[in-house]
Amino acid sequence: MHPPVLRVRELTKHFGNVTSVDGVSFDIFRGEVLGLLGANGAGKTTAINMVLGIVTPTGGRIEVFGKELMANRIEVLRQMNFCSTYTQLPGNLRIWQNLKVFGQIYRVPNLNSRIDEVLEMLEISHLKKRVSGELSAGEGTRLNLCKALLNRPRLLLLDEPTASLDPDIADKVRRVVKRIRDEEGTTILYTSHNMRDVEEVCDRVVFMHRGKVLFTGTSEETLHHFKEESLEDVFIRVARGGDIESKGEIEEASK
Amino acid sequence: MSLRTVRALVLRYLYLYTRTPVRIVELIFWPLVHLLVWGYLTRFLQQNIGDDFPHEITFLIGAVILWDILFRAQQGVAIFFLEDVWSRNLLNIFAAPVTNADYLGSTYAVGMMRATVTSVMLGGLSVLFYSFNIFQLSWALIPFVFNLLIFGWALGMISTALIVRWGPAAETLAWAVPFFIQPFAAVYYPVDYLPTALQWIAKALPCSYVFEGMRGVLTDGVVNWKELGIATLLNFFYLGLAGLLFVRVMLKGREKGLLTKFASQ
Repeated sequence: MHPPVLRVRELTKHFGNVTSVDGVSFDIFRGEVLGLLGANGAGKTTAINMVLGIVTPTGGRIEVFGKELMANRIEVLRQMNFCSTYTQLPGNLRIWQNLKVFGQIYRVPNLNSRIDEVLEMLEISHLKKRVSGELSAGEGTRLNLCKALLNRPRLLLLDEPTASLDPDIADKVRRVVKRIRDEEGTTILYTSHNMRDVEEVCDRVVFMHRGKVLFTGTSEETLHHFKEESLEDVFIRVARGGDIESKGEIEEASK
Repeated sequence: MSLRTVRALVLRYLYLYTRTPVRIVELIFWPLVHLLVWGYLTRFLQQNIGDDFPHEITFLIGAVILWDILFRAQQGVAIFFLEDVWSRNLLNIFAAPVTNADYLGSTYAVGMMRATVTSVMLGGLSVLFYSFNIFQLSWALIPFVFNLLIFGWALGMISTALIVRWGPAAETLAWAVPFFIQPFAAVYYPVDYLPTALQWIAKALPCSYVFEGMRGVLTDGVVNWKELGIATLLNFFYLGLAGLLFVRVMLKGREKGLLTKFASQ
C-alpha cells in the first residue's frame, strides 16, 4: 500500500483557552476524496489552515507527500493548492491576469495553454477577459477553482467549494472534482455543509465535533455507525451534539 | 528569495495599477500638492525674508522630493500588504509557495518603483516651476536616495507588522507611521533647532542625516560622508530590526491565526 499523501497525527490547536482542534488524526491516500465534516466551529477550517501552513499547530504532526509540512513548506505547497469560499482573487484584475500571476507563483509550465484548459474545464472561457470583481458569486467560485487547479496539484484542499452555487453549477463543480480525481489521481480534502456533495464525491468522511474526530469511514459505515438514514441526519445529530457525548461516542471514537 | 516569485508578485501590482488608473492619482496628486505648497512658500520666503539665505531656502523643495522617496518606499511595503487584505487575497498568497523573503522582496521592488515615479515627476516639475534642480545634489543624491529607500522599507515592515499584530483596525498605521518620525527627522529644519532631548531622537534616525546632508550640499556644496556613513549603518540596523519584527509577527500571526482573521474580514 502506498504511504498516505496527507498524514495528520494528534493535531491540536489552542487559541488561548479555546481548543479548536483536539488530537485529530486521519490519512488520505492517493486519488482519494476525504470529506471533513462537522457543524460550524467543529474545527474543520482550522484543520485545513494548519494543513496549508497558515496556522501553526499547538501540537501534533502533519506530513504531506511523506514530508513534515513546516520543515518543507515551500516545496510541499508548490504541489498543493486550495480553494476556499472565504477567499477571492483581486477584483480589479482581469481573470487571465489573476491566473497568470498565480500560475507564475506556482511555476506552471506552458502557462497560457494551462489557463485556457482550466477555464474550459470550469466552463468560464468566455469570461477570460472580464474583470474578476464583476463576476457573479458562482463565477467567482469557479475562478477560485481555476486558480486551485492551475498547478495540477497532487493534494487539493477544497473548503466549501459549492457554498454559493446554484444546483446546476454545483453539479458541474462536483463533476470537475470527480474528473480530476479520476483522470489525474488528485487527492482531495473536501469540506462542505452540503451532504449531497459529500455523498456524491467523497470516498470517506471524517466527522468532527468540537475539535475532535467523532468517526471516520465510508458513507455507508457512517450511516451504520450512527444508525441513521442519511448523512444529513448524521450531520444534524452530530451538530446538536449533546446525546452523542452522553453516549460517550467521542471518547470511544478517539480511543 | 526566488526572483520568479518576486516577479509574479510585482506583476500583480503592475496589473493592479494599469487596471485602475485612479490609483495613480494617489502617486501623483499628494506629492504634487506638497510640491506646490512648499514651492510657493519657498518663493514667498525668498522674496520677503531678505537676502540672508535667498538660495538655500530652496532646500524646502529638496526636502519635499526626498521625503516623498522615503514615504513612497514605506507605502510600497505597507500598501502592498493591505491590497491583499482589501481584496481578500491574503490567504491565497500566504498559502502559496511564497516565502517571507519573496514577499518582502516584492514589496521593496514596488516601493522602489513608487518612489521612482514620484521623484521623477517632482524632480521635473520643481525645475519647471521653481528652477530647483535636484541633480545639483550631484553624486550625493545616490547615497541620499539609497538611505531613504532603506529606511522607508524598514518603516514599511514595521507598519505591516503592527497591522498584522493589531488587526485591520490598525490599517491607518500604513499612512501614519512615517509621520510619527517626521517632526524629529529634520526634514524641513536643522536638527539644532530641536530641543536637546529631541535631538537625540533625531540622531537615532538615519533620514535626519540625509536631510541635514542635503542642506549641507545646497549651502556649502560639501557632502558630509561621515554622517552619511552613520546613516547607512543605522539603516542596516533598522532594516535588520524591522525584518526580525516582521518575521516574528508573521510567526505569531500563524500561531494566533491572525492571518485567517484578516481573510474573513
